[in-house]
Amino acid sequence: MTSSPLITRRNLIRSTVGLAAASAVPLPAWAMGQSLTHARQGFGEVSGERIALTVDSHHFGVGGRSGHAVAVNGTVPGPLVRLREGQNVRIDVTNRLAEDTSIHWHGLLLPFQFDGVPGVSFPGIKPGETFTYEFPIRQNGTYWWHSHSGLQEQEGHYGPLIIESATPDPRYDRDYVVLLSEFTPVHPHEIARKLKVGEHYYNYQMQTATEGDMSLEERLMWGRMRMNPRDISDVTGATYTFLVNGHGPMDGLEYLFTPGERIRLRVINGSAMTFFNIRIPGVPMTVIAADGKDVEEFEVDEFQIGTAETYDVIVTPPDGSHALVAEAMDRSGMGVASLTSHKGHRAAPPPLREPVTLTMADMGMGSMEGGEGGHGGHGGHGGHGGMDHGSGDAMAGMDHGSMDHSMRDTSKLPDNVKVGPGLDMVAPMPVDRMDFPGLGLDGVDHRVLRYTDLKAKRPNPHRMPTRSLEIHLTGNMERYMWSFDGKKFSAVTDDPIRFAYDERVRVKLVNDTMMAHPIHLHGHFFELVNGAGMMNQPLKHTVIVQPGGTATFDVTANEPGDWAFHCHLLYHMHAGMMQTVTVRPFPKAGEGA
Amino acid sequence: MKTALALPLILFALPAAAQDHSGHAGHEGHAEEPAKAPAPFKLPDMTGAPQMDHSAHQVGDLPSGPPPAEAFEGPQHAADAIFGAEAMAAARAENHATHGEMTTGTVMVERLEARVADGHDAFLWDVQGWYGGDIDKFVFKSEGEGEFGGSVEDAELQALWGHAIGPFFDLQAGLRLDVEPETRSHLVLGVQGLAPYMWHVDAAAFLSDRGDITARVEGEYDWKLTQRLILQPRAELELSAQDIPEREIGAGLTKLETGLRLRYEFAREFAPYVGVGYEAKLGETADIARLAGEDTDGIALLLGLRAWF
Repeated sequence: MTSSPLITRRNLIRSTVGLAAASAVPLPAWAMGQSLTHARQGFGEVSGERIALTVDSHHFGVGGRSGHAVAVNGTVPGPLVRLREGQNVRIDVTNRLAEDTSIHWHGLLLPFQFDGVPGVSFPGIKPGETFTYEFPIRQNGTYWWHSHSGLQEQEGHYGPLIIESATPDPRYDRDYVVLLSEFTPVHPHEIARKLKVGEHYYNYQMQTATEGDMSLEERLMWGRMRMNPRDISDVTGATYTFLVNGHGPMDGLEYLFTPGERIRLRVINGSAMTFFNIRIPGVPMTVIAADGKDVEEFEVDEFQIGTAETYDVIVTPPDGSHALVAEAMDRSGMGVASLTSHKGHRAAPPPLREPVTLTMADMGMGSMEGGEGGHGGHGGHGGHGGMDHGSGDAMAGMDHGSMDHSMRDTSKLPDNVKVGPGLDMVAPMPVDRMDFPGLGLDGVDHRVLRYTDLKAKRPNPHRMPTRSLEIHLTGNMERYMWSFDGKKFSAVTDDPIRFAYDERVRVKLVNDTMMAHPIHLHGHFFELVNGAGMMNQPLKHTVIVQPGGTATFDVTANEPGDWAFHCHLLYHMHAGMMQTVTVRPFPKAGEGA
Repeated sequence: MKTALALPLILFALPAAAQDHSGHAGHEGHAEEPAKAPAPFKLPDMTGAPQMDHSAHQVGDLPSGPPPAEAFEGPQHAADAIFGAEAMAAARAENHATHGEMTTGTVMVERLEARVADGHDAFLWDVQGWYGGDIDKFVFKSEGEGEFGGSVEDAELQALWGHAIGPFFDLQAGLRLDVEPETRSHLVLGVQGLAPYMWHVDAAAFLSDRGDITARVEGEYDWKLTQRLILQPRAELELSAQDIPEREIGAGLTKLETGLRLRYEFAREFAPYVGVGYEAKLGETADIARLAGEDTDGIALLLGLRAWF
């Protein structure tokens, strides 16, 4: 097994410099004319009450691709931060880049000023500065951390974060982190430019005269709408090498085990732009936690994990070598590791499956799962009786002749949604798609995780929401514009989404695009309204809203302050798919959290 | 797709394109729409989903109004009190700018080709570039052609302001300067974008410094044979509102140019092509050419490069 030497606590405890002593930080090597060092693959571990992290520029190479990287403590991914529920932690982050940096602790409950979003929670960390994060640990589970500055997350500035439970956990014998990400030799700003300039620049799985099984009529319909039915991922294996703990598919990463052991795999999607399908062929997985929060255990053979989500599973593999496969949702590549009881034995991964094609359901034509696979008219509603018809009946326009008009009927939008060039589609009949297993996984013949499978293990307080809020996810693929309610972050400067302190709100996210978006609310856990019942709605920090569908959550706004709210696809956020959520007023001393 | 089909398709697409954005201007701020209540919130009805706890169904319709008054209390920006208003204001400006205000650009050599026809081999360039944001862009265009070993016969430059008027189309307005056959300047007004059926359309009207009105419509379609081998039918039609004797142009349709180019994308940015092109003078313009003893139409073999950066 390739692994990095452990970083002991002893060499971590050093005199940390505060902001005042910023000038004491030596110049980075590259600034003194020295060449960049190579960042190591994989990560060490840091823990304890005081932790030091240093952000610096490096080279990084994997899978025959090499390029610039931003590494933390010299590794990509950065070190595993291992904490314990109930402790206090002080983390000094030193910036040796030539640009500002930051660290966001994804999924952690903490005072807002330590949430690490420049311009929302704090000013950011200037070159040469050290910023000290200090907060109590109020939870346990599997999380991660990453930069919230520019596009550094794409360059390697991320790592895993594990919080041990205050009480012993007897559910497993062995504990592994499976941190999924991508590496590209291309500078992320150049990727952003290519997405703006070149149509489907990275997509080499389009429907062509020789590929794809769509009928001519269907192709014409998609063409008339000026939409691409193979628009699954914006950035693909054409430039990405998919990584597991920083190791590419050819690196032979091994997870060793002894037959009979129960292994906890902490699967973290730390990618910038990739949803992964996770499976270990022949080995069922018992899901025990989602986004760090325990759920009622259930068994699956495969699950799709959106960017920024985490799932914990327990596996008990038989003797032998088993491929742990993280297949990119668009099937343009995969991350691979071996789960093996024989050191040095690599498991052969299964081949990539066929590329995924969007269906009528993904256009917001109502739920087609279990129907006719998105052909012709609209089939059964997959058991959904109550459809959001909004105004009028889009089904009248189901003959393809008037499809254009029903695909952008802006009269269906609430008044606060800004209609403009940045909005190329309005889902005609968006339905709740919480029971959809993810693009490409609705037709497989084994058990796949769905949000409707998730039930909180410990009951939540029973409180009814007092207000509902509808937020539309809007975009224009052709111009590569992405926004909430038709307004880019740069256009909503002082118009945040406001919650009253301790208010309980039911938020409905309506996806008026044909892409799946992982939407993340900082500083809180919300409860998915997935039919599990008010007491057992699963807690999450990130929710996938399926194309043309809706997802609804209940949130109790009990963390005062300013919080970021955004799509966790990095280039969507960069294009403007972000907002600020404010929770006011701050409770007076002695009341509330 | 036969090239003969291209022209009616473009002409069909144009009104569609126009219709596509005719209403959008009014949508800014919903000026034309009556105010309406937000759609009533409905729970996902999970009938049919097994093992349902129906307690969630008793929520009923929740009010969807503004947040309670106390949500507006306290500081506008909570971090100001901790890190200072000045530092946070700068960080906020930067944060907003880097989440939606990206300016970028490209230079696209659409056609750089040799045109091999019996008797006279010609070269042609057709370049476009832009720089700007999502809504407003500076657009630059240049086209021209000439004979190998001869002089440049036609050359023009355009400098335009492009403004997004709908999801797929930009309005373009600006100046055009002809360098050859003689110096002449024009005002330009046009639209450019993606029409239904994925046709890239560029249509513009020109008002010259002599008061002549002309127009040009072009469209092309990328038909992917494989992921990298692309067949592109292209058509261009020119019109004139009046006779322009010094350019041997008669009023009406003046010129049709069609082409079929087969390119191979070694990279998206680098694609050599071969093709065949057909050009014809039309109507009165063709009559003028015939009287002068010139050819009115001709076929050429095309060898060229499509590239961008």
